[in-house]
Amino acid sequence: MSNNIHPIASLLAAVARGISGVQVQWAGCEPSERQRIYFANHSSHLDFVVLWSALPSEIRAKTRPIAAKDYWEETPLRRYLAKNVFHAVLLDRGTTAKAKNAEEVHFVGRHLMEEMAEALGTEHSLIFFPEGTRGTGEKIGPFRSGLYHLALRRPDVELVPAYLENLNRILPKGEFLPVPMLSLLTFGKPLKVEPDEEKDAFLERAREAVASLRRIGPT
Amino acid sequence: MILEAIHDAKLIWLYAGVLFLLLVSTMVGRTLKSRQRKDSSNTTIDNLNARVGAWWKMCAIFAVTIVVGRVGSLVLFGIISFLAMREYMTLVPTRRGDHRTLFWSFFVIMPLQYCLLGFQWYGFFATMIPVAVFVFIPLSIAIAGDSEHFLERGAKIQSGIMICAYCLSHVPALLLLKIPGYEGHNARLLLYLVFVDQMSTVLQYVWGKLIGKNKIAWRISPNKTWEGFVGGVLSATALGTALWWATPFTPLQSAGMSLIVCIMGSAGSLVMSAIKRDIGIKDFGVVIEGHGGILDRVDSLCFAAPIFFYIVRYYFVP
Repeated sequence: MSNNIHPIASLLAAVARGISGVQVQWAGCEPSERQRIYFANHSSHLDFVVLWSALPSEIRAKTRPIAAKDYWEETPLRRYLAKNVFHAVLLDRGTTAKAKNAEEVHFVGRHLMEEMAEALGTEHSLIFFPEGTRGTGEKIGPFRSGLYHLALRRPDVELVPAYLENLNRILPKGEFLPVPMLSLLTFGKPLKVEPDEEKDAFLERAREAVASLRRIGPT
Repeated sequence: MILEAIHDAKLIWLYAGVLFLLLVSTMVGRTLKSRQRKDSSNTTIDNLNARVGAWWKMCAIFAVTIVVGRVGSLVLFGIISFLAMREYMTLVPTRRGDHRTLFWSFFVIMPLQYCLLGFQWYGFFATMIPVAVFVFIPLSIAIAGDSEHFLERGAKIQSGIMICAYCLSHVPALLLLKIPGYEGHNARLLLYLVFVDQMSTVLQYVWGKLIGKNKIAWRISPNKTWEGFVGGVLSATALGTALWWATPFTPLQSAGMSLIVCIMGSAGSLVMSAIKRDIGIKDFGVVIEGHGGILDRVDSLCFAAPIFFYIVRYYFVP
């Protein structure tokens, strides 16, 4: 894929910034061109665009979102937006559920992880929502294991937690008209998988890292 | 309108006076800040400087208002209302079921209020939000189907629309009043209102610091004292009275109008302090730094503007 930003992507980023009035804070790290996986809570369609638009443009050009294939391939418009505009990495999240036994789950999971590792390549960064689906915004759901496996597969890539606040009120799941409230985006301190750290322990730690970045608190 | 404003010598004098005062307070603020020790933080000085900064913006907005004419100033005040409501709705808890109601508030009710002003349809301008929107909001929330905290949610949204859209829209509405013998000079009236209102806030603060003892409502606003209130209101009223030559009022009427503006302004900021306490914040601007603060600056105008507008409308417009 090319490193040029699609004009529609720039336009959507500007619109999303305007609507969400997002206030960005780099609390635990600085913007950097090194390879990163930004992982955040997920409660709105605006999440990815807002997070992406908060990155400096040279970093933005090399940062791709991970998105669900079943959703983003459903209509031609979605497919166009995902593939051509944002160069999304589309993953088939249904396959693990369809797998018949533990071995198959393992196999499918391995396959998804390889796809993500491939998307990272040598210069790209990813935006990742480990909850797997949009929540109500009140609580962060449990993280799926992909983040853990990817972190083990590519230990050289920094894992940066981020918290998107109030976007669930601007454009909640199931609505298509936004309400222009203000929102906050906080980037935290990069995380590493500790030696011998269990999968569940790491995922819980990653989830807490995201949750701890909340600034206003539950409303 | 531009030519009228430029040929309006009294307006120029009034504006020049305000600019002079601003320059003085900017210099005072700078001096205090530079004298202050590096390591210490003095919220009073910072507060003063923030306020002076906001006044410069208000002055600039006022100048633009005069240059761009009627439609331009409505658009400008519409944007201010919109930003104020954005702050308010961000910090007031709403639920998922309020989403569409909020969408209507921002994109239909708010612009419509300013459009009505543009068409000079006063009857509907004055009643749309208190009557039509009052009926519409609870209905809209009810249709969304979530009855949890129904009354509270309705009240919160209603208050937001009343304060940010209805009350604030009465500031530019002053530009459209047809006062006999005062045609083309309405910009002065707007400047008079904002000046007296802001002076009252500051002078209350100063008097409160000097001789303040008895708190008005210490739970809501610990800095407001009866001494500060009386001192501030009286001195701002005296200032307003002295500006009678710029208004359609006689000196005595000007004293009365200033007094009302000062009292309503204090009422407005006390009520807004109570709202902030309720939400659990000190300033609307603090939580969302960089964006916040509009509502903190216009809180006293919210109450003063509509009362001032209707008194002028009923007693000075035939």
